[in-house]
Amino acid sequence: MNGNLRRHLVTLEQATELSALQDASVQLRDYFGVAHLVYHWVSADGEQYGCGTYPSAWIEHYLEQDYLRIDPVVIGCFQRFHPVDWKALDWSTKSAIAFRAEAVQAGVGNQGYSIPIRGPRGQFAMFSVSDNGTDQDWAEFTQKHRRDLILCAHSFNQRALEFETRRMPEPVKPLSGREIDVMTYLAMGYSRGQVAQTLQISEHTLRAYVESARFKLGASNTMHAVARAVAEGLIVMGGAARNARGAWPGRGDVEAAQ
Amino acid sequence: MLKYIYGSDLKSHPVLADTMFRDRAWQFRERLGWEVSVDAQGHERDEYDDEDPLYVIWQRPDGRHGGSMRFLPTTGRTMVNDHFSELTGGVVISSPLIWESTRFCLSPGADSRVAAALMLGGGELMRGFGVTQFVGVFDARMVRIYRMIGSSPDVLGSSGRGRDRISVGLWNYDPADRVKVLQRAGLSSVVSEHWYARAFGAKPTKRLRKAA
Repeated sequence: MNGNLRRHLVTLEQATELSALQDASVQLRDYFGVAHLVYHWVSADGEQYGCGTYPSAWIEHYLEQDYLRIDPVVIGCFQRFHPVDWKALDWSTKSAIAFRAEAVQAGVGNQGYSIPIRGPRGQFAMFSVSDNGTDQDWAEFTQKHRRDLILCAHSFNQRALEFETRRMPEPVKPLSGREIDVMTYLAMGYSRGQVAQTLQISEHTLRAYVESARFKLGASNTMHAVARAVAEGLIVMGGAARNARGAWPGRGDVEAAQ
Repeated sequence: MLKYIYGSDLKSHPVLADTMFRDRAWQFRERLGWEVSVDAQGHERDEYDDEDPLYVIWQRPDGRHGGSMRFLPTTGRTMVNDHFSELTGGVVISSPLIWESTRFCLSPGADSRVAAALMLGGGELMRGFGVTQFVGVFDARMVRIYRMIGSSPDVLGSSGRGRDRISVGLWNYDPADRVKVLQRAGLSSVVSEHWYARAFGAKPTKRLRKAA
């Protein structure tokens, strides 16, 4: 993930209003250099919420025509959890053919890629990018940006869930002991290799702990997760951490010097 | 052949689904002696089969189940997080880049190539969908099988001793493993890609082109 994308995701994480999600979708659309980028939450009772860069005339038309019922992207992504290239969807029905022609006309693009999201308690949302181009260009684009798109998708969803749960507060998942250990050592400036060595775990295992802590903290990268863990008082820096039982790289040297 | 099927689509594959849930009953209840529930049809099913998981299934030439495993995203409910977090020191593994893999099952008489083919299928999911790691629960008897097919996990934590030892493990994606796993499964890259494309690839576009 490069620095520009990180900055956009950090902006997204700090969003406190829906309008900020809208701004983030425009920025990310430009960052990825695609025609459109859309986050779309569909609740079980058919209510919709979203933000994105589609022309408002297309959105109004979509809602007016109740295209949710026939949109192959919604039908094909619902209850799935793998990223979907729009070419893999079923566009063969009469209504889908007509819908696609209208969407292309409205400038959505002839290529698309969607990340379905399964959230808590059956929540369903999708994050899509679309553009005009050849199959080959699109395959290269999705291959290159797939992981970043997945992370963006879940970032949007986490913010949207937060806006939703502000009305129904849900306790924040605390970090586990192992995750606190890992984040503490990272906050102390140790390299991943040193942390793995200290905790006697493999770097792969470390990566899973970091990734899991990052996601719980709603952070876009490790450094941001560390910063947030410190800010929220989830990990203790300085003396207290250094008084922790167990070894850390260089502990012997420090103690010898003292 | 390898099939990739969501739970909600199993009804279109009645023989394959029936034999899979029967083979799971045989493996987990009869052979491993786990306390799993088996229904009147002889199917071993648990609550996670109701979460619409993605199954990777080896289908034998006669259309029946040869082996399978089950995947769920760790952003939703998972077995590891619901029931085994004491093995991971309370760590709840949750990330869009990590999926849970459970119920690794081989039908009676399945050879090691089937196990390798399932591993290949898991690897294709990682390769295709940007998944970086799988997390899963396994028991002591699986250790030898994982080693044999060249796919040993990193152990996050264990409990119990000897044959009763249960562990939570983490499998990492390494593109270099694919060649080894293909060899062990006795399959070509092309055929694996073909099976993957049948499940996830572009649908025929004749009418689509006309519409566009």
